[in-house]
Amino acid sequence: MERIPVLKMGALLLVTIQVDMHDRLALALQDDLTSMIVRTGARGVLIDISALDVVDSFIGRMLANIAAMARVLDAATVVVGMQPAVAITLVELGLSLPGVRTALDVERGMALLRAADPTLDRPGAAGGAGGGWGADVRA
Amino acid sequence: MRAGVGVPTFEPNAARGAGVPFAGSPERSEVAPCRTDADVVAVRQLVRRRAAELGFSLVNQTKLVTAASELARNTVQYGGGGTMHLDVVSDGLRRGLRLVFEDHGPGIPDLALALTDGYTTGQGLGLGMSGSKRLVSEFDVATVVGQGTRVTAVLWK
Repeated sequence: MERIPVLKMGALLLVTIQVDMHDRLALALQDDLTSMIVRTGARGVLIDISALDVVDSFIGRMLANIAAMARVLDAATVVVGMQPAVAITLVELGLSLPGVRTALDVERGMALLRAADPTLDRPGAAGGAGGGWGADVRA
Repeated sequence: MRAGVGVPTFEPNAARGAGVPFAGSPERSEVAPCRTDADVVAVRQLVRRRAAELGFSLVNQTKLVTAASELARNTVQYGGGGTMHLDVVSDGLRRGLRLVFEDHGPGIPDLALALTDGYTTGQGLGLGMSGSKRLVSEFDVATVVGQGTRVTAVLWK
């Protein structure tokens, strides 16, 4: 089955959605991201949706789910690059993505995540300054 | 069991024409299946193409495509599959796109409830019907329990 690639960069996971996702693909991305957060101990997830010209309630729910699951797993999520027409439509649809942090572009999204966790960019870093279980395992 | 005997028909083809709201005269008609996940993607792409050809603004294209996506998914998930008819229509003054989603599924017992924000019988957010209604110019639902549902959405240019 086709998959949306998830890239690991330090303690960060990067996803760029560039295809018109059918529902199962969206669900697979949700599963992949959650298991990768656990496996890599990622502290941040950045999802670039600048190539998406439609975000309907299903994809909106997927984004909200990813953000919520990541939060429970101690990782922050930022969704970046939403097209203006998509933003207008989402709000009119009744979906304002509560609980999902957004930024206009990748740079601003990275800045948001860095502000939340300054250790994000350290090469090979996968844990916050405080360590935690993940850090103990790797030490 | 005498299948089909004595059952009032919910016949999509017969219902098109006079039965379909906002009839106008279609300048062009197409039919697309709504049976699988992949069909929902294909419906989005077809509606996008036609909306762009008709000269809809980007925002209106996005609204119509999003509504189509919600309604196509409803047809697949709740209607047990069906079809979308896409018509280019005109009321004399303006042109628009009419989307008619038809299924022969269980129907909707409480339509008012189904059109309420946040109401869902499935796993969704309950925004499919109510949200789509807000995204288009005209919206109509005809449903018969046990026979099927027909949702009509029109966006005028």
